[in-house]
Amino acid sequence: MISMLRSLWMVFMHAFKKRETVLYPEKPYELPARYRGRIILSRDPDSQERCVACYLCSVACPVDCISLQATEDEHGRRYPEFFRINFSRCIFCGLCEEACPTYAIQLIPDFEMSEYDRQNMVYEKEDLMIAGEGKYHGYNFYKVAGLKIAGKDKGEAENEESPVDLNSLMP
Amino acid sequence: MHPVSVILRVLLVVLSVAAGLIWVERRLLGLWQLRYGPNRVGPFGIFQVLADMIKIFFKEDWIPPFSDKPVYFMSPAILVFTTLMSFTIIPFVPGLYVVDLNIGILFFLAMSSLGVYSLVLGGWASNSKYPLLGSLRGTAQMLTYEVFMGVSLMGVVMLADSFRLTEIVEAQKGMWFIGPQIVGFVIFFIAGVAEAHRLPFDMPEGESELVAGYHSEYSGMKFGMFFVGEYIGITLISAIITALFLGGWLGPGFLPPIAWFLIKTFILIVIFILFRATFPRPRYDQLMEYGWKILFPLALINLLVTAAIVLA
Repeated sequence: MISMLRSLWMVFMHAFKKRETVLYPEKPYELPARYRGRIILSRDPDSQERCVACYLCSVACPVDCISLQATEDEHGRRYPEFFRINFSRCIFCGLCEEACPTYAIQLIPDFEMSEYDRQNMVYEKEDLMIAGEGKYHGYNFYKVAGLKIAGKDKGEAENEESPVDLNSLMP
Repeated sequence: MHPVSVILRVLLVVLSVAAGLIWVERRLLGLWQLRYGPNRVGPFGIFQVLADMIKIFFKEDWIPPFSDKPVYFMSPAILVFTTLMSFTIIPFVPGLYVVDLNIGILFFLAMSSLGVYSLVLGGWASNSKYPLLGSLRGTAQMLTYEVFMGVSLMGVVMLADSFRLTEIVEAQKGMWFIGPQIVGFVIFFIAGVAEAHRLPFDMPEGESELVAGYHSEYSGMKFGMFFVGEYIGITLISAIITALFLGGWLGPGFLPPIAWFLIKTFILIVIFILFRATFPRPRYDQLMEYGWKILFPLALINLLVTAAIVLA
């Protein structure tokens, strides 16, 4: 009997507590920064595309929703000719982000991407590409990689020593 | 006041309160369960009732071909009819009542007993197993709880020396009967919850085991009648308790008598809903045992003690 009265009182006191429900469409829901939502392609600090079209994301994708075609520009930089993510297949697992060696592909906390037409769920490169660096700041693949591109010869990258001349005996 | 106008007023108030309760209950349950409840239709979702009504009116009213049709049609009507009939004896304020019977309490008990027919016939006429089980349970439960529902009221009758509700309210000028008759009040309240087959005593419906109990086979507005009947039942029990135990329209003079009556009734309704928010449904045999072995002897003892004090 006492416990019944106690539970009556406890339930009544719930009236003065904060409600759990989030009135979502009216009040935007604050997701954690690491939430895995919509996928974007980021740019490096020089506003160049980070993606080097290595296909690792496409291979890692468990539902095969990423498709791209690699190509190379006149400076020797690899980039995707097209980059297409079918979000009606995507399961937002984040494996593409983990596989990406250049921080190009990233998942951001945005999930409001409903469409009336299924075709509109297929995002092209210009839909995916953002202007900034996304979650990882300051990283520039070509600045740290040993690859030779226009304006940067071998040995000129950060923390990189000049190549050893194999034909010389000098120390 | 002309009797027809009184009847119309009472009918209008009772039906709109019963309809409004659908919204009130859902909002309050939400409040106590840390959620919102209906809040989309109109301010605070207050027009949810309207939306629900429009929906239920346009629903397909499927009549089971295997049912016993005349009885099937009658059953929801009996429920609403008997509960509404009981409202005739409720004294809202002096002068505002449909009829002031000198056997008012007996009339109320008789009408709530007749209400059992709704369950029995509804379950039987549906001609399928879950409604039948629900109606069996409901019948046993309501007969059980009716016994000491009546007994628990006799203390009030003895103190007021009358079955007439207006006189009972007048007799509470000195002290409300909830004081001397606290046991009777508690027993009557519990019996009232069971009589309105509200949670935690909603055995006859028991949706987790019996689909929807005695009204499983009902749809559309016939189900709506059962639904509204339940809310009218809550209002009725609350109003009766107000009149019998909480001094009816009596109260400090800064509010009009009708306001006191409505406030008390509303608080009781809120407690009804609080019961629903709090208690889980007991097992069926526990329910019957609780009735026969605890509440019934308690009501008898209360009756005897009150009688002894009144005679002494």
